Amino acid sequence: MHKYLPHTKEDIQEMLKVTGAESLDDLFSSIPKKLRLNKPYNIPSQLSDIELTKHMLDLSEQNQQLTIFRGAGAYDHYTPSIVKSLISRQEFLTSYTPYQPEVAQGTLQYIFEYQSMVCELTGMDVSNASMYDGATATAEAMFMAYAQTGKNTILVSDTVNPTTIDVIKTYAHYRNLNVNVIPSKNGVTDLDIIKENIQDTMGLIAQNPNYYGIVEDYTGFSDVIHQAGGLFIMNSEGQALSLFKTQGEYGADIACGDLQSLGLPLSFGGAYLGYLATKMAYVRKMPGRICGVTTDVDGKRAFVLTLQAREQHIRRAKANSNICSNQSLMALAVTIYLSSVGKEGLIMVAEESLKGAHYLYQKLLETKKFEIVYNQPFFKEFVLKANFDVKKFEDVCLSHNILGPLHIGNQHLLFAVTEKRTKEEIDQLVELVVNF
Amino acid sequence: MKYYNKIIFEMSKPGRMGYNMPKHDYPEVSLPSHLLRSQKAELPEVSELDVVRHYTNVSQKNFGVENGFYPLGSCTMKYNPKINDELATLLGFANIHPLQPEQTVQGLLKIYYDLQNMLSEISGLKAYSLNPFAGAHGELAGLMIIKAYHEKHNDVKRNKIIIPDSAHGTNPASATVCGFETVEIKSNPDGTVNLEALKSVLNDDIAGLMLTNPNTAGVFEKDITEIASLVHEAGGLVYYDGANLNALLGKAKPGDMGFDITHINLHKTFSTPHGGGGPGSGPVGVCEKLVEFLPNPVVRKSGERYYFDQAHDSIGKLGLFYGNASVYIRAYVYIMTFGNEHLSDIGPMAVLNANYIKDSLKDLFELPIDGHCLHEFVFDGLKDTSTNVKTLDIAKRLLDYGFHAPTIYFPLIFSQSMMVEPTEVESKETLDEFINVMRTIVKESLETPELVKTAPHNTIVRRLDEAKAARQPIVKFKDIK
Repeated sequence: MHKYLPHTKEDIQEMLKVTGAESLDDLFSSIPKKLRLNKPYNIPSQLSDIELTKHMLDLSEQNQQLTIFRGAGAYDHYTPSIVKSLISRQEFLTSYTPYQPEVAQGTLQYIFEYQSMVCELTGMDVSNASMYDGATATAEAMFMAYAQTGKNTILVSDTVNPTTIDVIKTYAHYRNLNVNVIPSKNGVTDLDIIKENIQDTMGLIAQNPNYYGIVEDYTGFSDVIHQAGGLFIMNSEGQALSLFKTQGEYGADIACGDLQSLGLPLSFGGAYLGYLATKMAYVRKMPGRICGVTTDVDGKRAFVLTLQAREQHIRRAKANSNICSNQSLMALAVTIYLSSVGKEGLIMVAEESLKGAHYLYQKLLETKKFEIVYNQPFFKEFVLKANFDVKKFEDVCLSHNILGPLHIGNQHLLFAVTEKRTKEEIDQLVELVVNF
Repeated sequence: MKYYNKIIFEMSKPGRMGYNMPKHDYPEVSLPSHLLRSQKAELPEVSELDVVRHYTNVSQKNFGVENGFYPLGSCTMKYNPKINDELATLLGFANIHPLQPEQTVQGLLKIYYDLQNMLSEISGLKAYSLNPFAGAHGELAGLMIIKAYHEKHNDVKRNKIIIPDSAHGTNPASATVCGFETVEIKSNPDGTVNLEALKSVLNDDIAGLMLTNPNTAGVFEKDITEIASLVHEAGGLVYYDGANLNALLGKAKPGDMGFDITHINLHKTFSTPHGGGGPGSGPVGVCEKLVEFLPNPVVRKSGERYYFDQAHDSIGKLGLFYGNASVYIRAYVYIMTFGNEHLSDIGPMAVLNANYIKDSLKDLFELPIDGHCLHEFVFDGLKDTSTNVKTLDIAKRLLDYGFHAPTIYFPLIFSQSMMVEPTEVESKETLDEFINVMRTIVKESLETPELVKTAPHNTIVRRLDEAKAARQPIVKFKDIK
């Protein structure tokens, strides 16, 4: 037998006897004969652990590990060793949704701690236990606004990550909702254009820092949106929340975004997680699981899933979201990361990223091979317009094991710098530009 | 397990930090103060050992598959092999940016491509996309494909999805989120689709049918080909919810049964860790005529080169990148450890285990559906109800004995449902131990019912006041007075 299948031939015979079946095949008598498989799958032969390890190492080596100057939604921040080590503990890793809270206090507790941290970062009242990623969290935020306002159109600033906009459009289309993408001015969302379009909508989805890395000023937005009866939804990636005015401070109603930047490896785009947090007034429209504190019959403090009457397993066709499995283990990773870096460390990580990005920006301008596109304050990403062949430049970077900036069209290059990049690496990238 | 009552915020002390940072020699940068947050986020300030010890202690308040038997029905709680974790997190996978050029990620694209094809072979569908993040996300993707297909054929009056009353809650919720109306049909007493009920709702406004097979009671839809034909004749498509695919490994393919679309829960059938509620992965598969509707991107191969492609009539993007890569790498490794020699053994062993438990206990528990079950079965409470011990009580008492409880009060078609799914990884000894404990609990239920009704007694916390949690929600540390 196989190492993951424990039964001996004798076990199988003894067990069959109890079931009254003559053979294993008998147990499948409910499957019509013509549907039954009679040959093995056409898949590769099994590999032993030794062969498998070699096979996977070979495959992993066919991916190039690079010095990364690219972000656009996935950021090369450092993950402390303890994150992987602790989330690998089987009690966290192999358990499932805390349906039996008496034996799932561990999961419930970290969800509670995670929710507390997300509320700290966003300035909101209540967070759920995680969403799939930043883009789907934003689409679900739109569904909340739909449930709250009953309107059919959402405004989305065009400074939002274009892939996030694509996901919003996918979700909206099939639910018969309209997405109105609002043009920006000089790289930032324009309040006057919002004013012209906000009537009779669900509200606005905006991003801060936006897709171009620009830190926008959303002062006055929430008043305009609220006066029109809409909700203000603001997407921010996790690291940025340590420095910049929070969704809560801007009077936003729903905070959402991706938290990959808080302790998760790049992993080719997943598993990451999205967060979703809101004001208490809207909690009953919020998708996903929420953990609360209570006591047991002996009065001991304990954690439990709460306000479940919102969720699909209770409301079925009347639910406002279909989410069931979320990204719980990733929420644990974020909680451990935020505990490690703590109140001061998180700011240091963000500030080193910010300073590195500004250093690179200055150095690149000095090469005279770029034009400024947006003269706006930025965080760890920025856009410059190149006056050279950007495709060839990408190849040159790759030949030096560097993942250069992302070409976002029109010769515009989107650069990203995190605290992991050193001054030497930045200087090397600048050198490649100079010599290009 | 041990009770541990600290919250990380309660350990905080200003000045502590569990982290060190490189200091680069960059010039200072100051941004306009009106863009900055006014106060620092109140995150904990603790040392690295504090963090490690805290989360180790927190973990010990949890029950995982490695603690013991976890027969949670419809969740397929298998052993999660260690080698899968190790190999899926190799640096050549973990350190790869999702927006790297294709020529620098050929290894990952090969895994993606090969897994798409293996899932096609295993399920009998033409093509897969690994984009959906979880089962419910796969359902949503599948329903979007149904809608897109009808839209393409200008058949826009089809706005209803048929769902049996035994279905998971995600099915009707996904239909709603996809802008469909749900038509629920009543099941036969054994949980299978009632053909007459089905026929009575088939109409030119039906977009499709969602079905789990075997259903949530562990019963195979013996009329499945007829069901599929009926829906097809009415112009609808048939969707397979792959939550229970484990039963069919080695025995049957959804594609052969007439299903047009499937999703597969990799965290169930292909043993990726459930992670306390996620991440999952819910690849969506389709028959030939729906290939161009798959979510983007899809991975294709030209000569020896793997590349991202866009499906022509795609439903669109479902996430920022390409789904939970670290999850589907594990599933790929898992399938490779079984290969064509052993993957087909999984279904029969899972089914044997379920039947063995069922037949060892059916003298004491109400068995609403007799006969051989597939990978799971449902008891409807105790046979002897004289002491009024409920399914909930039995579930809680199981925790005292060191077992996880089965899924309870689901499916909704029985009032005292207890859904048991042992999976193929459990030995006869483990099953015997479970059976003995269940028999003991039944005895206790009759002799000392209060003991069972007030269970659990040996867990680190006992029954919780759920009403209190909902009445006065305390959902973050600052809410604790």
